[in-house]
Amino acid sequence: MPVISLSSITNHICQDTQLQIYDGELLVLAGATGAGKTTLLNVIAGFTPYGGSVQFNGTAVDLLPPSKRNVGYLFQAFALFPHLTVTENIAFGLEARGLDKKVISQRVTQLLALIKIGHLHNRYPKSLSGGEKQRVALARTLAPHPEILLLDEPFSSLDQRTAKLLRLELKSLQQKLGLTAVYVTHNRMEAFEMGDRLAVIRDGRIEQIGIPSEILFNPLTSAVSDLFGAPNIFKCSRIEPLDFGLGRAKCGSLALIVPYCGKAVDKIAVFPSGVRLSRHPIDTPMPNRMQGIVVDVRIKTPVVLVDIQVNDERITAEISSQLWEEIHINISDPVYVTISLKWIRVLLKCSCVDIKPIFMVND
Amino acid sequence: MNNQPRIHFLWGVVPVLTMLLLWETTARLQLIPGGIFFPPFTTVMAEVGDMLFCGVLIPNFMSSLGRVLVGFISGSVFGIGIGILMGWNERVHRWFSPIIGLLYPIPALGWLPVLMLWIGVNEMLPIAIIFICSFFPVLYNTLTGVRQVKPELINAARILGASDLFILKKVVLPLALPNIFTGLKLEAGMAWKVVVASEMVAIPTGIGSLMMRAESLVRLDIILVCLMILSMMCLLFERFFAFLEFKTTGKWR
Repeated sequence: MPVISLSSITNHICQDTQLQIYDGELLVLAGATGAGKTTLLNVIAGFTPYGGSVQFNGTAVDLLPPSKRNVGYLFQAFALFPHLTVTENIAFGLEARGLDKKVISQRVTQLLALIKIGHLHNRYPKSLSGGEKQRVALARTLAPHPEILLLDEPFSSLDQRTAKLLRLELKSLQQKLGLTAVYVTHNRMEAFEMGDRLAVIRDGRIEQIGIPSEILFNPLTSAVSDLFGAPNIFKCSRIEPLDFGLGRAKCGSLALIVPYCGKAVDKIAVFPSGVRLSRHPIDTPMPNRMQGIVVDVRIKTPVVLVDIQVNDERITAEISSQLWEEIHINISDPVYVTISLKWIRVLLKCSCVDIKPIFMVND
Repeated sequence: MNNQPRIHFLWGVVPVLTMLLLWETTARLQLIPGGIFFPPFTTVMAEVGDMLFCGVLIPNFMSSLGRVLVGFISGSVFGIGIGILMGWNERVHRWFSPIIGLLYPIPALGWLPVLMLWIGVNEMLPIAIIFICSFFPVLYNTLTGVRQVKPELINAARILGASDLFILKKVVLPLALPNIFTGLKLEAGMAWKVVVASEMVAIPTGIGSLMMRAESLVRLDIILVCLMILSMMCLLFERFFAFLEFKTTGKWR
């Protein structure tokens, strides 16, 4: 499958954008709304005019219309043809290429089975659920054997459970078929879950590109860090194994219980939204509870960022404005900090492997 | 559940029967003064038989029907064709839209005196009027239908490898059908109204001229027969397109 190279892409949004997408990888394009994620996808597809050059495997495709680029595109709003049945939708790309009827019917049957939608074959889109619609759209996209798959927030309008299931299926399909894929999302957890690499795009430029752990633990700019929840990063000196995949990590003056897989830990990231505050020590057993002093309060409606000094380290907690108004924490107040395990990410010393810790259910 | 359509049908028929009964009794009992101007329903029905028998009704009806069919079909075909072209190609749209915007507001019958001088009083005259009457509304409805196809669907078709012609045939046209049918349903009835009007004014054959001759003979029964035929034909044509619409788009809408 092809390597995609974008060089000096310029248009109403992109500003001299450079990007290389490797053979068979799934690259996640992450960024705030209006950053240019979809525009970049449309440049690759050929929907949007642009300056510069797009190359598939070193061959420029700038003069090719979308219909000749052999690219699959999954739309956020599914874009199924409402007047065609599921079977006819899947067959559309094959009929457009003028393939033989027998070949078309074989391929459609194959896809109905692969995407597990055989029971829907003669239904019209109006009678399908969101998840079913996107499955049909995926089957339709894969039918003409595209070599590149472009996905524009394909699961963002689905409920979380369906979206998660489809993401996992998509990822395994993409790997099985060896497709080069570009996946646009503004959901940071989805970005970590899906991406072989992440590219953070801001104002039409690639701000940082790398494997997910690199983006999380070594954000080059505060914009990148903010996009992924501005985690507290702590360098760890040693880790002592505890039990059942847990270890106690010594990070500066903190000792934290973290997920542990038997390898040395380099850094840990603690998401501010996973740091809970209380005025009093709550007498339930709970790892990772520490006492500290509030040193700064930053109001960023609808949330408030509270910086707490714990020993020599500073931990940022994110609480809702509503909660903040209720508890009235002021600077130099003593508070208790509780860090839930599921909001901790671990970077191993040999950073060649990007271990994916437990994912959060909520963004 | 099985009774549902029958009850529905009854609710359509009962008011009509009541109205006919009321008509019949008021006319028979001469409740309205000047009975000669208000024949009872059964007399009108008997006149239908007479007219069929002496061969007045069929030829006049057929000549009106022929005019409606030729004028309406040609007007619709051109309307749909140019509507698609304008909806699909921005340049064509820019060219035609001001011209059509100026011509559209002129009532179809307003063309009658001009056309009488241009093409004379012959078979072509009512056909031309019906053509004008169907062409513009069908065109506008088609244009709207084509233009409201979501760009995303067209992009989806393009990326799947479809050529422009294929997209037009397989995506744009089928999705514009509901709008096209709206235009056809409206104009099929309108064509009958226009043909009668033009026959009344200028042409010596057809339902319209039959009505004018009946008027000069004070034959209200004949006039009422003609009006009833008109009403049935408008309804029939509209229902025919509603049926076609359901057949072609009912499954997916």
